[in-house]
Amino acid sequence: METRISVNGEEKTLDADTRTSLLDALRHHFKLSGTKKGCDHGQCGACTVLVNGRRINSCLTLVCMHDGDEIRTVEGLGRPGDLSLLQEAFVEHDGYQCGYCTPGQICSATAMLEELKAGWPSVVTEDLTSCPELTNREISERMSGNLCRCAAYPNIVDAIRQVAE
Amino acid sequence: MRPFDYHRADTIADAAGRGSAGATIIAGGTNLLDLMKLQVITPERLVDINGLPLDEIGETAEGGLRIGALVTNSDLAADPRVRRRYPVLARALLSGASPQLRNMATTGGNLCQRTRCYYFQDTDRPCNKREPGSGCSAIDGFNRIHAILGASDECIATHPSDMAVAMRVLKADVEVEGGEDGNRTIPIDQFFRLPGDTPHIENELRSGEVITAVTLPPPPAGEQRYRKVRDRASYAFALVSIAAVVDVRNDEIREATLCFGGLAHLPWRDERAEAVLVGESPSEELFGKAADTLLADARGFGHNEFKIPLTRRTLKAVLMDICGMGDD
Repeated sequence: METRISVNGEEKTLDADTRTSLLDALRHHFKLSGTKKGCDHGQCGACTVLVNGRRINSCLTLVCMHDGDEIRTVEGLGRPGDLSLLQEAFVEHDGYQCGYCTPGQICSATAMLEELKAGWPSVVTEDLTSCPELTNREISERMSGNLCRCAAYPNIVDAIRQVAE
Repeated sequence: MRPFDYHRADTIADAAGRGSAGATIIAGGTNLLDLMKLQVITPERLVDINGLPLDEIGETAEGGLRIGALVTNSDLAADPRVRRRYPVLARALLSGASPQLRNMATTGGNLCQRTRCYYFQDTDRPCNKREPGSGCSAIDGFNRIHAILGASDECIATHPSDMAVAMRVLKADVEVEGGEDGNRTIPIDQFFRLPGDTPHIENELRSGEVITAVTLPPPPAGEQRYRKVRDRASYAFALVSIAAVVDVRNDEIREATLCFGGLAHLPWRDERAEAVLVGESPSEELFGKAADTLLADARGFGHNEFKIPLTRRTLKAVLMDICGMGDD
């Protein structure tokens, strides 16, 4: 099945088996191994990428469903020597231990800050009609789709808070 | 995953035609692809409906909202009209899954999602829902998350949705197209089925029918609440959840609609329990009576008996809160 997608600003064409997940296409066909396979069932968030600016689990979608879409992976957010603000903040605050969940955390947090700017509520937002404030509770809830088995959560929250402020 | 053919539908009729010929519809894919990886579902053909123009939320002439079947759970929860007029729905959506999954999951797909019963997902174990006639592994197995209401000897699975619980308390209608009967509207009270002796049939959709929209009536009078109790603070399915719409005026409950998640094969509603409340003055004793009525036929299967007192306590807490009596 031929699929044309943009990955980190580069136009790509792929002719892959229909079963190929977006995650496997990124890692195996485009050799972008920054995006990680954790559970492969949408339960851990390690595979989080941005599709047309929105964060999704790349393990639970087929690459053939993304013809014409724009994908951004952690490699597209920053490079060594030219890190994004969130990438820098994760380094500064030690927002990881083993680092396996980190690309997913950073992609997720990148989109999360955009969602917040757009005024999206979360389940812990007291007043659904107001513009939510970025409390630690809000950050934790909004990042709950990204598990960290090393439990670096406090430092992840600190890193995100620094960038948000 | 087993091999399959993939087709992108360009019209509803195209999707419906392929659906009636045996293809499986894919929208968000979050549940379907998960089950395909586990080989719980092994479709030979997928028809992708993401290109269809079903992603709008519009006002209805009656003062309600018509939600296209492809509106994502994120977009629906963020819509200012939903947040202002149907907070029970916004809260239910936001309490489900994770932000990433809500960006993919659709309104129509959410209604059609399958149970998270461990045995349904384990192809090495008998399951009447997955393989009719093979038996139910959950009844005598590990059944902590299973049903306490409306279960049968064939199946004790629960419906996993939060959104559907709110849709039912709001008395939504499900619009479908493409079947032999043409366009039709299914009231959500009639959309889901109890397991009975056909647990593999979960709703009233017929061959070839495509959900095109869910329509909400005008916002009901009174206050709305959604409360979900689960094993962790976020990103977990409900052990019990309650959507409530209660109208209290001059210390009298004028109307009460309650819907429960995590308790049954469908979002559970019991009009007898609602009737206990109507016309009465709110009190803890009254709420206990409503819980007695709701749970009169409740039955646990070993590991899930805790859900009976949990439901009672959660119902009382929700009703105390919604009637302005504080949240115990």
